[in-house]
Amino acid sequence: MSNGIIERFKVGLWHENPGLVQLLGLCPLLAVTSSFVNGFGLGIATLFVLIASNGLVSATRRWIQSEIRIPIYVLIIASLVTCIELIFKAWFPSLDRSLGIFIPLIVTNCAIVARAELFASRNSVGSSLIDGLVMGSGFAVLLVVIGAFRELLGQGSLFARLDMLTGGEPMRGLVLTDGGWLLAILPPGAFFSLALAIAAKNAIDRRRRENRQSAMPRRARNASN
Amino acid sequence: MNDTTVFRGGITLAVIAALCTTMVALTYQLTEARIVANEQAWLERSLQPALSGLFFDSGVTESKIIVPPPHELPGSEAAIIYRVFAKGEPVAALFVVSARDGYAGPIRILVGVETSGTVSGVHVLEHQETPGLGDRVESSKSDWVRQFDGRSLIDPAPGGWAIKGDGGQFDQLTGASVTPRAVIKAIKETLLYFETNSEAIFAETVADTDNKEKEP
Repeated sequence: MSNGIIERFKVGLWHENPGLVQLLGLCPLLAVTSSFVNGFGLGIATLFVLIASNGLVSATRRWIQSEIRIPIYVLIIASLVTCIELIFKAWFPSLDRSLGIFIPLIVTNCAIVARAELFASRNSVGSSLIDGLVMGSGFAVLLVVIGAFRELLGQGSLFARLDMLTGGEPMRGLVLTDGGWLLAILPPGAFFSLALAIAAKNAIDRRRRENRQSAMPRRARNASN
Repeated sequence: MNDTTVFRGGITLAVIAALCTTMVALTYQLTEARIVANEQAWLERSLQPALSGLFFDSGVTESKIIVPPPHELPGSEAAIIYRVFAKGEPVAALFVVSARDGYAGPIRILVGVETSGTVSGVHVLEHQETPGLGDRVESSKSDWVRQFDGRSLIDPAPGGWAIKGDGGQFDQLTGASVTPRAVIKAIKETLLYFETNSEAIFAETVADTDNKEKEP
């Protein structure tokens, strides 16, 4: 079983990563990843919404007629996002201020409705919760990586304003240089960073495939030709 | 799809809608008190930069006056004034105004002015300036706004309230001159407003503002 979970994490984080492979939820991905802490905050919020919506959709799937499934998904997801927004406002007020409209806009993240439709509506509650966890982690990790990359390039710092998660005085984080390559934190930087991430993933995948092929016995390769 | 399935679908939707509403209502109940406390704490914390170094014994956030537009303060939105008293005597007024001509929209700033006309502190509350350039007016990103502490319309004279590049006395930010120009202009206009209206500001009784706040 634990082996199965590891396999599913591989799928969510790498092979079918919602952001890198399925290219879902790009609007929040591009808009908020200007720093590590913003990416992390939205990643966690999306992860929780995805787990909870997968669980609820799966739990109610027996009673939902297929004609009205989409309005019901929208209803469930919208309520969950409202709850998450209230929780952020109560416990992480400055992060909520920094993410602004993108917390309520999790509703429109198509990665969530896609998982409800493709997975949760056809699988058991337990399996759907795991699906929410692995897909949500895949999305969150991508947000964090792109956020950290853009912050490092654009501001020359890392982990700035972590106080938005922990409370306390404003922190400037690890400051490496004063200022940086400004373009990285402007909107075009988001597109460049995502493109680099996708290219890197594809390059790694291709190298792996080539390694595997050259490792194959010669006869098998001849047979396949 | 016949009548029964339409009916069943309607019932399902209604039940799920009721469940979801309950869930949101419960979360709201749980978080409401904390959210109100956070908003209040945020307001008090954001006023802090203009209050530091002042001696006062009045509740600051209760002494609020809302000045609806049009007014002579900077900005086209309503301005807010908080008054600070010590033993019933006025100490300072904190202005929340908008610098109209920021690089990307208005910049909401807090300007604290002591009764003597000296700036007690400036803090940028909200802006959409370019990250890495104009956003260094934020006190969490650089100390630029600290250069106004203790200055007034005598030091320097109104003509000196400009960035050095425009022949004034204040530093600009590397790569950004529009943002500092807008902020300095807003501070100067606030000081000029305070010079002519300070008596009226402090004369307004708290009872008056209470009534104003109760209006919807």
